[in-house]
Order: sequence, then structure tokens, then C-alpha cells
Amino acid sequence: MELLYFGDKGWGDELFFATLMTIAVSITAMIIGFIFAALFTPLKLSNNKFLNSIGNAYTTVIRGVPELLVIYLFFFGGSGAIMFVASIFGYNDYIEINAFLTGSFSIGIISGAYSTEVFRGALQSIDKGQFEAAKVLGFNKYIYFFKIILPQMLRLAIPNLSNVWQITLKDTSLISVTGLVEIMRQSYIAAGSTRDPLFFYSFAAVLYLMLTFLSMQLLNRLETKYSKGY
Amino acid sequence: MDIELMINSFPKLLNATLITLKLLSVSLILGLLIGLGFAILRMNNNKLINKFAYGYSYIFRGTPLLVQIFIIYFGLGQIEYLRTTFLWVVLKEPYWCAIIAFSLNTGAYTSEILRSAFQTIKPGYLEAGKSLGIPSKIIFTKIQIPIAIKQSLPAYGNEIILMLKGTSLASTVTLMDLTGVAKYIISTTFKPVEVFIVAGGIYLFMTFIIHNVIKYLEKKYGFQT
Repeated sequence: MELLYFGDKGWGDELFFATLMTIAVSITAMIIGFIFAALFTPLKLSNNKFLNSIGNAYTTVIRGVPELLVIYLFFFGGSGAIMFVASIFGYNDYIEINAFLTGSFSIGIISGAYSTEVFRGALQSIDKGQFEAAKVLGFNKYIYFFKIILPQMLRLAIPNLSNVWQITLKDTSLISVTGLVEIMRQSYIAAGSTRDPLFFYSFAAVLYLMLTFLSMQLLNRLETKYSKGY
Repeated sequence: MDIELMINSFPKLLNATLITLKLLSVSLILGLLIGLGFAILRMNNNKLINKFAYGYSYIFRGTPLLVQIFIIYFGLGQIEYLRTTFLWVVLKEPYWCAIIAFSLNTGAYTSEILRSAFQTIKPGYLEAGKSLGIPSKIIFTKIQIPIAIKQSLPAYGNEIILMLKGTSLASTVTLMDLTGVAKYIISTTFKPVEVFIVAGGIYLFMTFIIHNVIKYLEKKYGFQT
């Protein structure tokens, strides 16, 4: 247990901050994923064949290729792509992107593909009459979407979104390959310097279990809140 | 776009795909056996056995696969006692460590899939079997298992694809699978996009095949309850 002391002697404080980092990356990735889902869900539901195939390509490719490969693409290719864009604007120096941004962006794209599928499924299972009734009653676009469609969609989407959250939370462990100090990376460092990998990786597993357990409790509460009246 | 690099790296990546497929098939077979075992334990009326099986699937589904591989590959070697047993022959090989981690992981998911499949079997089928005087062992192997397989095909197809993606983690314990070789080529040539297209294309092709085989099986064994 001495290994977990806070301060210079143990790894307690390091692991605590690493856990916060994991939470921060997961939340950022989830939000980036929502932005991607907001962009691609309309495409997947569009009647235009071209737009539709763009939406399908996104979800198919991301869900069919290992997360690690996507992370390597952004880790090795990210700064190159940014430098290329910058060079168009006449900036030619080396740009290094922050590991946090690369990590949350690559996990965000992955979680976005899953969220897109969830939103698509939820939207499609709302009764058609709801859309028609809202239109017939002449509600403006804001009320139509935010007051009528969105609440019904969320009720259907939240159970699946909590699955996406679980996947995203676990996927953040893969960012450790890029050197971002989250739970996995910190355990790797601690295991290397104390030569006690069994303890630190098991402790990392406990931390992840705690995170998944606590977040499930919160999400279940949200689920009951949104399914009131059903 | 460096087309030449894409063509040159293709055979190397294809060769590495063999390791990916080997890892996938061995761990799926072992995982299916583990999953079936734990699904049966989950349906046991003994609370302790039930809790144990639930705990197993909860732990393996609640932690990242990467942690599981690292515990098995780096962690278990630390136990002095293990080094003296025959298990050490297996545990010192990264290949077997990866397979153990993958099988235990997919076993946890499979047990959940099979459990819910067993639970959706209508009690009428079992009662019909009993009233016809069929021994319970045969009811299990000839009635429950075939129905459960049919019920769980769609979910299990997803699990196979998830596991295919999971095998990419073998590259973190020095195995040169498809992702491992792709990373090696990327880090020596610094052409991530080209390599991603080729390696990603191979992965997509495999998911495409798995998806269609499962679809075909679903149709063939189509089953209405």
C-alpha cells in the first residue's frame, strides 16, 4: 500500500491526476463525438444518395477499423495535416499538436460514429405522427426540434448513449500509446520504475471499474429522468 | 499520395493479417467455450456461483482490454511461483498472453450474449420437451443450444467484429499483427495516410466478410419465435 501514498513516496497523487485526465479526455471525446454525430446523422437520414453515402462511409469505416489504427493515423498524421493547412496560409514552421487534443480528437471521431448510429436509430423509431403533428400545428423550427423531437429522441437514445460512453471511456486507455499521461500511461510509468507491474495494472483495472460503475449509476438516473411518463 | 509505398507495403501487411486471423480464430474458439461455461453458471440457482459468473463478466466488460493484456503479459510474470510451474512456458510468450487476454475478454461478452439468448427461449419448448419424456441433458443439447445459437447470431456477429478490432492490441505486447506492422511502416516512412488506407482497407474487407457470413447464417437458420 505504500506505493499508493500521496507525495514523493508513492504514486497516489500521480494516479489521482491521471484518473482526472482519463475523465477529461473521455468527456472531451464524447462532446467531439456529439458534434460529429450532429453533422453525420442528418447525412445518414438524407434522401440524397451522395450525402447518404458520405454518412454511411464515416460510420462503416470508423466502426470497421481498429481504434488503435485510427489513433496512429492522427498521432503520426495530425501535425502533418495541420502543417499542410498552415503552409497554405504561409506559415511554414513546425507545429506540434498537444497530445490531449490528438487523443480526444481521435477517440472523439470513433465515439462519434457510434453516437451517429444511436441518434439515427432513435430518430427513426420516433412515431411519424409526431413529426407530422408538429408540422401541422405550425410550430416554428426551434420548438419543432428542441421541444418535440429532441426530448423523445433522448429518451430512446440515452440507454444506448451510456453504452457509447462506456466504450469511449475504455478506448481512452489506447491513447496511452501517444504518451498522454492518463491512467494507463501513469501505471506504465509507475510499473516501470517500481518493477511492480502486477500491482499497478491491477490498480488501473480497479480505477476503470470504479469509473464505469460510478458513471453507470449517474446515467441510470438520467435514464429514469428522461423516461418519466412512460 | 505515395502509390508506390501502398503497393510495396501491401504484401507485408497481408502477411501480418495471417497473425491477426490466427489470434482472432483461436481466441474466438476459446472464448466461445468460456462464454458457454459462464452462461451456464449464470443460470445456476446457487447464488454464490451466480455472483461469481456475474463478477467475471462485470470485471472483464468494465475494464479496457489493454489493461487485461498488460496484467497478463507484464503482471503475471512477476509472481515467482508461476515461473516455476509449467504455466510459465505459456505465459512468457506474448502470443499466448494475448490469446489468453482476448479469450477471457470475448468470453465475458459471449457469456452475456448467450445468457440473454437462453433466457429468451420460451418455457413452452422446455415444457414440451419434458412432457415428451426427453432427458434434460438432451433437452439442453438438442433444444436449448440450437435455439440459443440462432437467437444470439446477430449479437455474436458484432462481437466477432469487435474482437477483430481488439486483436490490434496485440501490437502493444510486441506482436507483429496487422496493426503492429502498419505502425512499424508508418514510423519508418512517416506516411500515415497511405498505410492507414491499405491496413484499414484490409480490416474493412475482413469486417465485410464476417458481416456477410453472419447475415447468410441468420437467413439460413432464420428462426421465428
